[in-house]
Amino acid sequence: MKAFAAHIQFEIRNAVRDRSLLLMNYLFPLVVYLTIGAIMTKLNPTFKQALIPSMIMFGILSSMVLSLPTPLVTARESGIFRSYRINGVPTSNILIVPALTSFLHMIVVGLIILFTAGPLFGASTSIHYGWFILAFVLICFACAGFGILIGVISKDSKLTILYSQMIFLPSTMIGGIMIPASMLPGSLNRIAHLLPTSYARELFDISLGAPLTPHVVWPIFVLLSSGILCFLMASLLFRWDSQVKYKKKNPLWGLVVIAPYVAGALML
Amino acid sequence: MKPESNQTFTGPVISVDKLIVNYDEFKAVDEISFHVHPGEIFGLLGPNGAGKTSTLECMEGIRQRTSGSIKILGEDPKTNFRQLRNLIGVQLQSSGLPNTMTVEEAIRFFCTYHQVAVDYSLVERFGLTEKRKVQYSSLSAGLQRRLVLALAMVHKPRVIFLDEPTAGLDVHSRVELHQIMNELRGNATSIILATHDMAEAEKMADRVAILLKGRIVSTGTPRALTLSGSELTKIMVNTANNCLGKNQSIFPGVLSSDFGEDYATYFTATPGPTVAALISEIEFRGDTLIDLRVVRPSLEERFLEITQTKNN
Repeated sequence: MKAFAAHIQFEIRNAVRDRSLLLMNYLFPLVVYLTIGAIMTKLNPTFKQALIPSMIMFGILSSMVLSLPTPLVTARESGIFRSYRINGVPTSNILIVPALTSFLHMIVVGLIILFTAGPLFGASTSIHYGWFILAFVLICFACAGFGILIGVISKDSKLTILYSQMIFLPSTMIGGIMIPASMLPGSLNRIAHLLPTSYARELFDISLGAPLTPHVVWPIFVLLSSGILCFLMASLLFRWDSQVKYKKKNPLWGLVVIAPYVAGALML
Repeated sequence: MKPESNQTFTGPVISVDKLIVNYDEFKAVDEISFHVHPGEIFGLLGPNGAGKTSTLECMEGIRQRTSGSIKILGEDPKTNFRQLRNLIGVQLQSSGLPNTMTVEEAIRFFCTYHQVAVDYSLVERFGLTEKRKVQYSSLSAGLQRRLVLALAMVHKPRVIFLDEPTAGLDVHSRVELHQIMNELRGNATSIILATHDMAEAEKMADRVAILLKGRIVSTGTPRALTLSGSELTKIMVNTANNCLGKNQSIFPGVLSSDFGEDYATYFTATPGPTVAALISEIEFRGDTLIDLRVVRPSLEERFLEITQTKNN
């Protein structure tokens, strides 16, 4: 436990010292929040209702889907995992600690957005915090899972960017960040439900006053099961070393994690 | 049996038996066996691709072997890596640390994982005291190497694996490392030293094994290995009146000789009798001995002889 705490402590410091992590965890999400908040709330006043969850989801995507995987690939390539292994750092810590520190950064970003969106942009702050926290934790869990899995299965940094963008770009366009998936036409709505943010948006909407229906179990199930599957597959497919070519596991097994999303899209 | 840090091993601390490592069709390590005893520095020598690193990595538990058995302190590193991790120290040829990790943080981080009290004494010994707050990426390659060496020893392991430890180190750090290795040997810590540096192996290792194409082609103490070769001992003599150059007597064991301006040089298979005869000759001729040097064949020469013969 002491080692785990020391590892977390170092990762937090690392995120502050590493400029690219600082950019993706704080600067990029907050600049986008300020820009979107200033523009969109003027162009479309109804967006004030969704500003807080949208920008929090954007921050989570930036921190966890875009930023989490690359350090994992770099660490494997540069022999950091080898050093960790010979010194007894367990796989679980290597996978959980970066996810957990990103989660802590997202709490900070989320609080900044939560407390400034109202005064700055007149965003709706009438929130049911129970549902809000549930949505926040679940989307963080699902996105951290994707980030970690991408870092584990990517052969190099270029592939990492490609895989991350495959989630990030559609999520920002049709995944409920700018437009709720329910406003999309039928087939596009189904495609949108292959993305974690669509489900998170449903839960955030409940926190903002949308009616509670039995259907709510689906987003909870999809986000939770996908997060669990991602971490499970990441630990199974984890490689300490890019040099040791022995019993290489097929990264295509990682595709298993989209099963809950496919089920969710089919259940619409 | 679980190895405990205070448990004393009277037998070999490392036993490698018929180790084979294959990479697809390529046989990197081909049925090698050796033992290492407590407090012994065991050198693994060989040209590039001889199988040194593969052998080391199997012993360290970070590479899977194809067959054979390995026991480190009575445990198999393949199956009981966790039990061994606090008892072995490893300095890898290719390993890294997070760029933003400072020297101090690295020591604290790995001490915590090894469940030992944080100890900065090695930081001082490796000349890193002034760099304690410096991040890994800002250290020079030599300083990075020193830090990795310190990390391999910081938890006071009973077996240490060093893979090319002095590559990139300056003279002071090299001397300090050798001193630390000698101290560790005195404390019954066993060291496996994989190196290309024959002078280092000759100076530090109690025994060496020469690997070639995945097989051990020669093993023994550096002295025994050098003596078993066909290379001759060189004896260089300088006298006040250069009596040896003027009178080319025949000395026992001498197979060839060379006479320079100051030194007479003899190549002999039996240095003892040759030296005795040379001194008698100098006395007999009433000359004064100024300098006498006996240069045994080095481990490097013997290594080249072995590897060339086996390659041919």
